[in-house]
Amino acid sequence: MARMTMIEAVRSAMDVSMERDDNVVVFGEDVGYFGGVFRCTQGLQAKYGKTRCFDAPISESGIVGTAIGMAAYGLKPCVEIQFADYMYPAYDQITQEAARIRYRSNGDFTCPIVLRMPTGGGIFGGQTHSQSPEALFTHVCGLKVVVPSNPYDAKGLLIASIEDPDPVMFLEPKRLYNGPFDGHHDRPVIPWSKHDLGEVPEGHYTIPIGKAEIRRQGSAVTVVAYGTMVHVALAAAEETGIDAEVIDLRSLLPLDLDTIVKSVEKTGRCVVVHEATLTSGFGGEVAALVQEHCFYHLEAPVVRVAGWDTPYPHAQEWDYFPGPARLGRALVEVMEA
Amino acid sequence: MSDLDRLSLHVPEPAVRPGGQPDFSNVKIPKAGSVPRPEVDVAPEEMRDLAYSIIRVLNRDGEAVGPWARLLSDDELLSGLRHMMLLRAFDARMVMAQRQGKTSFYMQHLGEEAVSCAFRKVLVKGDMNFPTYRQAGLLIADGYPMVEMMNQIFSNESDPLRGRQLPIMYSSKEHGFFTISGNLATQYVQAVGWAMASAIKRDTKIAAAWIGDGSTAESDFHSALVFASTYKAPVILNIVNNQWAISTFQGIARGGSGTFAARGLGFGIPALRVDGNDYLAVYAVAKWAAERARRNLGPTLIEYVTYRVGAHSTSDDPSAYRPKTESEAWPLGDPVLRLKKHLILRGAWSEERHAQAEAEITDEVIQAQKQAEGHGTLHAGGKPSVRDIFEGVYAEMPPHIRRQRQKAGY
Repeated sequence: MARMTMIEAVRSAMDVSMERDDNVVVFGEDVGYFGGVFRCTQGLQAKYGKTRCFDAPISESGIVGTAIGMAAYGLKPCVEIQFADYMYPAYDQITQEAARIRYRSNGDFTCPIVLRMPTGGGIFGGQTHSQSPEALFTHVCGLKVVVPSNPYDAKGLLIASIEDPDPVMFLEPKRLYNGPFDGHHDRPVIPWSKHDLGEVPEGHYTIPIGKAEIRRQGSAVTVVAYGTMVHVALAAAEETGIDAEVIDLRSLLPLDLDTIVKSVEKTGRCVVVHEATLTSGFGGEVAALVQEHCFYHLEAPVVRVAGWDTPYPHAQEWDYFPGPARLGRALVEVMEA
Repeated sequence: MSDLDRLSLHVPEPAVRPGGQPDFSNVKIPKAGSVPRPEVDVAPEEMRDLAYSIIRVLNRDGEAVGPWARLLSDDELLSGLRHMMLLRAFDARMVMAQRQGKTSFYMQHLGEEAVSCAFRKVLVKGDMNFPTYRQAGLLIADGYPMVEMMNQIFSNESDPLRGRQLPIMYSSKEHGFFTISGNLATQYVQAVGWAMASAIKRDTKIAAAWIGDGSTAESDFHSALVFASTYKAPVILNIVNNQWAISTFQGIARGGSGTFAARGLGFGIPALRVDGNDYLAVYAVAKWAAERARRNLGPTLIEYVTYRVGAHSTSDDPSAYRPKTESEAWPLGDPVLRLKKHLILRGAWSEERHAQAEAEITDEVIQAQKQAEGHGTLHAGGKPSVRDIFEGVYAEMPPHIRRQRQKAGY
């Protein structure tokens, strides 16, 4: 075991995968010589050579399009989109190509690719470096969508994603890269080295895609969260004193519905939280599933807490970000309902 | 400032519209045999002229002339003629089948048969095409069974794609034919990625990308050229310029660049234009490009100058946007008739043998069609299962899709 940040954990996942399988290649903007703007690929080019880890032109449709071609050949590309906000030029390649190649060719060709992309706000990135586009992926059949919340999961899920036979969108909450950020931006950063989930095995292990994890057992209300919001939810539970059960989804597609249903049947209440905008967000899907499967157990309407339906602002970042205070108010509201 | 006119927008127009006299005087046709053949390792900047000319081998008398000639034997040419005739007969039967309601949709190759049929012959087993919807000659010339193609077109119980794809969107890894998307241009950059993978693995295989004149306007065309040029990928970048993108003439995508081939010059990619209706010229230029790729010299851009004689698809009526007689005025002639004339001149073929071959080929296509129809057509007979809707979205069916399949009653 070693202490790792989330950056080191995803790097270790790629390192382990490249070591085990020489069909794994890594490329993207600035990922080669320099090692990526967040340093996730640092050292991989030096270790595996520049035909297995290299810099790509600033062309997301080109990066994803060539990755699809490489996968059709038999490689397993794990590419980096520098920010999730930059994936839009590749959206055609992701949604109409990567997601459907297996289906439309009846398995004659497949597309085992991983697109890693830093997501979410909290770093004063403004509207083009803060977005959370996960719902734009979960609406696409044929994709898998993974959002880890800690270094241990990040490594196990990334190795599982690289080994997966289908395309995986791997969204890395960038505010979690260096520590378990709980939304208290005015407090000192707690590093992963001081957190249990910063303990990461150095070798190979996987965490199955499609399995949620309960981060806090509770009886009063179920909080469904993923990524940064897992830590916000834990803080909100402590600070309100409400005995919330906090579910870390880890995978949005496929979704671990059983874990959600079991928890809501126990608590009778449910709050869904995400940083992405509210309308047509993933929270809407969770809320619909909860009312469909747990209607007669519900004591109160399902509540969604999310980013406002506006672009992500720069200066007003902390008024936009759904922190523990906003989530705490929702918990109180759902308990009083 | 005051002495300047106000701005005005330029919107290109084709030379002629329906009712007008077809006019191809703007298509400059060099003499057959007049374009030099550079060595494959020549620097791209030393062959820039080839992006503006047209490489031709067959002259008006049917003779093969010049430095790009004499690559193919009688037998190879006869087999090429047969492939083109087969594709033409196949198309004719399938257009008819669509009119009879046996399928929803079809796209034919009339006038463009030489491009894909001749190109296929420079590839070897293991190479990969990333085609558009008008390259079925790649399958025909590689011996892919016509019955399989028809099973796909009819979406019947033996459809290899289980009814999921629009007719003619074939897929065959075994025959080096990547699954057709139906989206435009996406495959162009995928081909470059496949070629990069071959180079990463120190393999010997090459890729071929396909696109039409209209779709070169897509950003994926640019992405493909950037990546191909940057990594010197072993890929042949083919542009089939058949003059028309549905109803839009090629001037709308080409803009002021002169030719589509010239798009390659800014990327330092050797670019050639070739007579797409000349089987021998298509073969010779494709061979040249394939050799460059195999020798690790990088990508080549080829523009095939041809003409889409038929409608864009069975849903299209070209008389609404171009003169009905335009195809007859097309100055590069018909690929089947030109190769036939050449073979007769070589003493390897005759009118009688041609007529006999035509009859045999038609019969062969009809037999295949009978066999395919035995497995059903779109609205009659055997069809894929409703279960096939839900299979194959992922390698392993996730619970939510399983629940939906059960809800559908399967």
